[in-house]
Amino acid sequence: MLLLDLANPTRFLTLVQRALPWLIGATAVAFTAGLYLAANAPDDYQQGATVKIMFVHVPAAWLAMGIWTLMSIAALGTLVWRHPLADVAAKAAVPVGAAFTLICLVTGMLWGRPMWGAYWVWDARLTSVLILFLMYLGLIALWRTVDDPSRAGRAAAILTLVGAINLPIIKFSVDWWNTLHQPASVLRLAGPAIHPTILIPLLIMAFAFALLFVTLHLAAMRNEILRRRVRTLMLMQAQAAPGSAA
Amino acid sequence: MNPLAALFMRDLKLAGRVGGGAGIGVLFFLIVIVLTPFAIGPDLALLARIGPAILWLGALLASLLTLDRLIAADAEDGSLDLILTGQTPLELAVATKALAHWLSTGLPLVIATPLFALLMNLDTQASLAVALTLLAGTPALTFIGLLGAALSVTLRRGGLLLTVLVLPLTVPVLIFGVSASNAAIVGPLPFGTPFTILCALTLVSFVVGTFAAAAALRHGIE
Repeated sequence: MLLLDLANPTRFLTLVQRALPWLIGATAVAFTAGLYLAANAPDDYQQGATVKIMFVHVPAAWLAMGIWTLMSIAALGTLVWRHPLADVAAKAAVPVGAAFTLICLVTGMLWGRPMWGAYWVWDARLTSVLILFLMYLGLIALWRTVDDPSRAGRAAAILTLVGAINLPIIKFSVDWWNTLHQPASVLRLAGPAIHPTILIPLLIMAFAFALLFVTLHLAAMRNEILRRRVRTLMLMQAQAAPGSAA
Repeated sequence: MNPLAALFMRDLKLAGRVGGGAGIGVLFFLIVIVLTPFAIGPDLALLARIGPAILWLGALLASLLTLDRLIAADAEDGSLDLILTGQTPLELAVATKALAHWLSTGLPLVIATPLFALLMNLDTQASLAVALTLLAGTPALTFIGLLGAALSVTLRRGGLLLTVLVLPLTVPVLIFGVSASNAAIVGPLPFGTPFTILCALTLVSFVVGTFAAAAALRHGIE
């Protein structure tokens, strides 16, 4: 069982140490290819060059939702199986997820300015991504208020799962509330409505973004494990210090 | 006496006594309603148009205001430990507490709504519609807030964190509450559609809020 092997943080650390250089290399290659193809992709007949914002905007949006899904799986790992690395994985994913959501929002605003004439319109999709961003910030606030990591981990896991149940409801209600954005055009039953000359660079960029996330996530998990070790060592040192009654 | 009934009566009594804070929510609600015309001007037509939304916002904020005492008071005096170690399922106990909390803080907001609606220049039918949507929607706010209250108790940090965690989850309730009110007043939607969804949201929040709050308390106290 790979998951059980990974439960040992030391083994996980050696594995990360070995995998990280390759992941960084692969990310760099994927971004080079993706950006090259995106730069050479044809302009849209209506939107002109601004359509290129899509190559950053759409992968960031996919990741913003995908990372919450990943955190929900990690939350199950924390609550159900008590996997020792699950709450490390959940914690490390939060700031990265918030960052991708922010990238999605900012690029969306920059795209909206020439297309809709305003940086922010209260359109359904923008609004639900904004609420997703607020929920990421709430999770960060939760992690930052509690000093004991395992206690914070369980609380954050419950909030993550409740968020996972509520996010589709929020999405649905915001859609009801207002819609102006174009409907989903890549993932739909009738096949993609985007021409392959744009779709292929988009998918490569999405792959590059996913690689970037995996790299950042593993590095953040490594840092978190080391940070917890330092914390434990400092607590032990404080206990052993002369003068401390024990 | 049935332990749940005892808990229910105790919470209602505590809410009514000194330090219970049952009336403060309504007072806060009134102040929000009074402040609005100062911010946007005393234009009666405009107030009537945005009245349902302002009433909903005021009720939402007022119901959040009282949430931090929902479980924190029990954690301070030790009765939470009794509830946790008792034979009664924790889910039922927290649901009972939330119900008593809604009766003492949520229901007064609903009853005050037709009166406060006069300040917003709403006619009788409109103010009754808003009160009806609040009657259906405020339990959802309490039960969503129950999770926030449970989380902030186990973390021993209350107040502001609770608000930040709970507010994004209340977006659907706010949307359908206001759109049901507006449907009853100006249309063009039939009142039933958003109102039924609002009731559905309340039912979902009963389940999700109760179980999540009980899980948060169980995992937090170890």
